[in-house]
Amino acid sequence: MIKKTRQHISQNESLLFEISSPGKMGYQLPELDVPMMDPAEALGGNTRAEIEDFPEVSEVELIRHFTRLSTWNYAIDLGLYPLGSCTMKYNPRINEVVARTEGLAWAHPYQPESLSQGAMEIMAELERCLAVITGMDAVTLQPAAGAHGEMTGTLLIRALLTSRGNPRKKILVPDSAHGTNPATAAMTGYEVENIKSNEQGMLDVEALARAMNEDVAALMVTNPNTVGVFEQYIHKIAAIMHDKGALVYMDGANMNALVGIARPGDFGIDVMHLNLHKTFSTPHGGGGPGAGAVAIKKELEPFLPGPRLRRENNQWHWDYDRPRSIGRVRSFYGNFGVLVRALAYIMAHGGEGLKNATMDAVLNANYIRKLIEPYYKIAYQAPSMHECVFSDDYQSKKGVRTGDIAKRLIDYGFHPYTVSFPLIVHGALMIEPTETEPKQELDLFADAMISIAREIEENPAIVLNAPHLTRTPRVDEVTAARKPILRWKKPAESQVRAKPGDLRPDVPAREPALPASVR
Amino acid sequence: MLSTIGVNSLEDLFAHLPEDVRFRGTLDIPPGKSEYEIVDYFRARAAETAAGYASFLGAGVYSHYRPVMCDVVVSRGEFLTSYTPYQAEISQGTLTTIFEFQTMACQLTGMDVANASMYDGSSAVPEAAMMAIRVTGRRRVLVSRTVHPEYREVLRTYAQHQGMPIEEFGYENETGTIDTADLESKLDNRTAAVIIQSPNFFGVVENVSEAARIAHAGGALLVDVFTEAVALGVIEPPRDADIVAGELQSFAISPSYGGPFAGIIAAKEKFIRQIPGRLVGETKDANGDRAFCLTLSTREQHIRREKATSNICTNQALIALMATVFMTVYGKEGMRELAIQNLSKAHYLGDRLPRRFSGAYFNEFVVRANGRTPGQVNSGLLEHKIVGGLPLGRFYPELDGCMLLCCTEMSRRSDMDVVAEALRA
Repeated sequence: MIKKTRQHISQNESLLFEISSPGKMGYQLPELDVPMMDPAEALGGNTRAEIEDFPEVSEVELIRHFTRLSTWNYAIDLGLYPLGSCTMKYNPRINEVVARTEGLAWAHPYQPESLSQGAMEIMAELERCLAVITGMDAVTLQPAAGAHGEMTGTLLIRALLTSRGNPRKKILVPDSAHGTNPATAAMTGYEVENIKSNEQGMLDVEALARAMNEDVAALMVTNPNTVGVFEQYIHKIAAIMHDKGALVYMDGANMNALVGIARPGDFGIDVMHLNLHKTFSTPHGGGGPGAGAVAIKKELEPFLPGPRLRRENNQWHWDYDRPRSIGRVRSFYGNFGVLVRALAYIMAHGGEGLKNATMDAVLNANYIRKLIEPYYKIAYQAPSMHECVFSDDYQSKKGVRTGDIAKRLIDYGFHPYTVSFPLIVHGALMIEPTETEPKQELDLFADAMISIAREIEENPAIVLNAPHLTRTPRVDEVTAARKPILRWKKPAESQVRAKPGDLRPDVPAREPALPASVR
Repeated sequence: MLSTIGVNSLEDLFAHLPEDVRFRGTLDIPPGKSEYEIVDYFRARAAETAAGYASFLGAGVYSHYRPVMCDVVVSRGEFLTSYTPYQAEISQGTLTTIFEFQTMACQLTGMDVANASMYDGSSAVPEAAMMAIRVTGRRRVLVSRTVHPEYREVLRTYAQHQGMPIEEFGYENETGTIDTADLESKLDNRTAAVIIQSPNFFGVVENVSEAARIAHAGGALLVDVFTEAVALGVIEPPRDADIVAGELQSFAISPSYGGPFAGIIAAKEKFIRQIPGRLVGETKDANGDRAFCLTLSTREQHIRREKATSNICTNQALIALMATVFMTVYGKEGMRELAIQNLSKAHYLGDRLPRRFSGAYFNEFVVRANGRTPGQVNSGLLEHKIVGGLPLGRFYPELDGCMLLCCTEMSRRSDMDVVAEALRA
């Protein structure tokens, strides 16, 4: 068995503003080839002398600063990142290279269509691929992220229903849904009604039928849902909605379980979004950028945000003549650079490869489930798709909660799973390994989880106080919220600089508690 | 692995799916391609664009030089391949850079607090308007016609079903700045926000303090929008605004056919709990050392669901990091020098041309095409491998014969001379 972790030196680093000193610089602009303009004269005195307290550092200080900070991060490039619902798969580097191709990276959105054909072709091909994958009729690439796609989809639903005479009042949202679903429904002027899940973690079809009436515009369903279970009765669910003239929206966050296996367009979905930064491998980058393509059935097509791509005389054109459109949801055409990466991923896999990736994702999740199920309580007995959800019921008897287990997992060299979501599972541990993890990494993860379960039996304190091996121990989030400090400010007095000989390394305050596999 | 799970084949893992949901066909996507073929495909598509052309387009997307350091930093896997920093103990790298980003965004705009980024400038505008509505308890929004036309379209899309009436006010025909008389006549006690942009869509610098005075006199908040962040290196920051909503594309973010970019919202301290999106705050770790974490998350959708300040979840963290590195490369002195270069280049060209507006401008300006259509002028320029300005008729029918030109530090004098010649004739 290899040891996953050991301690090493980690460098401290001050904030940019603290390492800054007057007159330092890390840039060189070319000499101006036109007469210099006096800002005060050109701008009528509406000028500033300087940006107060802005950093002044040299190039080497800059690279060390950001490199040192980077070493304080966990990342997919370092190991398994099993955040449920987030699909943290490997981000192929070829995607980064092609997105930086000069003619694409420097394409201006307003340059003439005749000089944008390559960019437009990429978007058209991606739209086509995503329509094929989802089994839908058309796709818009304009939304910038998943929640933005949800907003677009909900507005499309409202527009279609309005054209039929009544936008209706409510959107039904399962109690297991992502928080973005109800937040989006509210932003688009709908009331939210929560629908209970049943004891199998699935949408309660009876409850849905009871809640259904002609005030309901749509259901927002996630499939597989947030407990990683496929909604078996999706056809019936869709029929209940459609019978009363409502639509079915699908949150595509979990599409990594379905590509090549099942198509939402074939099981009654009218509109859905895809998170290209999940299923299609574009990097999360510490929280974004994403892209939230929306796929729809034909009847919603007239309402899509403009402009739309149109092929005419062997050329791509942007069609702005969209009188029934819901309007733009962002400027220009979408997060094009992210779209390039997603298409590169699709091309690398091909149709068969995409299906294989899905199967491996489901294989990996079921493998982890099987290995740790004896030690953690599976939330629902129903078969798992691409992720498995446990509760901390066994461990909470010892006073250890899912958040504590997550922190202890860090000592074993892993990023934690998604903590305390979905809300319907008491103390949820939501684990999504993705297809790109090797078996060895999965085995190490399972071992870590089992080892932690044992530690909780023998010595829960070690878990309750975790992490022990990180450069930063537990962070006080309560004080951060109570007394928010959201920016650096120049200290009132100049700080006392350390004298030579004062700079001895920190000595650990206590003996670090090493994971069993390291000892 | 299959035997551990207790199944015989991968297919068995899907046996529980009802047959009528299964897709039994083959996805109509060509077989997987090699790295070489993929690079080749995208190079071929890139060749079908304006690669190698000089460009005088701005209008919300600017061609500024991207210092090498920006890609060096954002290409580090620890930044590129990490998630939203929920687990503070192993995310201090991202959290610290966001804290620095928030600080620099404040220094740049003269505001007290800034969030960790929005999707882009256009979506930051409706988020700022919704914030003003929460703060004032009023619902009407007045937006200047000199705000980027696509931003205004996005504002209308967001507003249409939230009971947020949007009305526009005009600009001075002579100067290209906001028509304060029109604004004052439309301002009433239902108005939550007045939205202006500076430098505005015509490149003209607005008097933000005067606009703020008018908005405040009517009990409304002033939202100031910017699309050209480089301008803030030399123009007076919008200190009198209540909320600033901006686009940071100018800071090392490739034009990339319109995205991904990074928007921000910055505001006065007292509105801190109404800001949408992620916020990073300073705190201490268990050893008493300084540490950072995501904070005030009770505003957000994963906690408050339908009562959240916004539905935003994913933001533009990596792009914001790119902007942070850009701001650090240039630093205090460089931001000013860069701004002055832009100002000087634009004035070298603009001051020789028949400009439509007399107001002070930064690096963009509107010119008349003098007897020809902007399309005709641009066609002529394409023969010199120059992409000319943006014809304005599409957005402003009354400016049909005009175009918007932009010069940056990357504009060559020789190309500017060609443009001057084309527009003078």
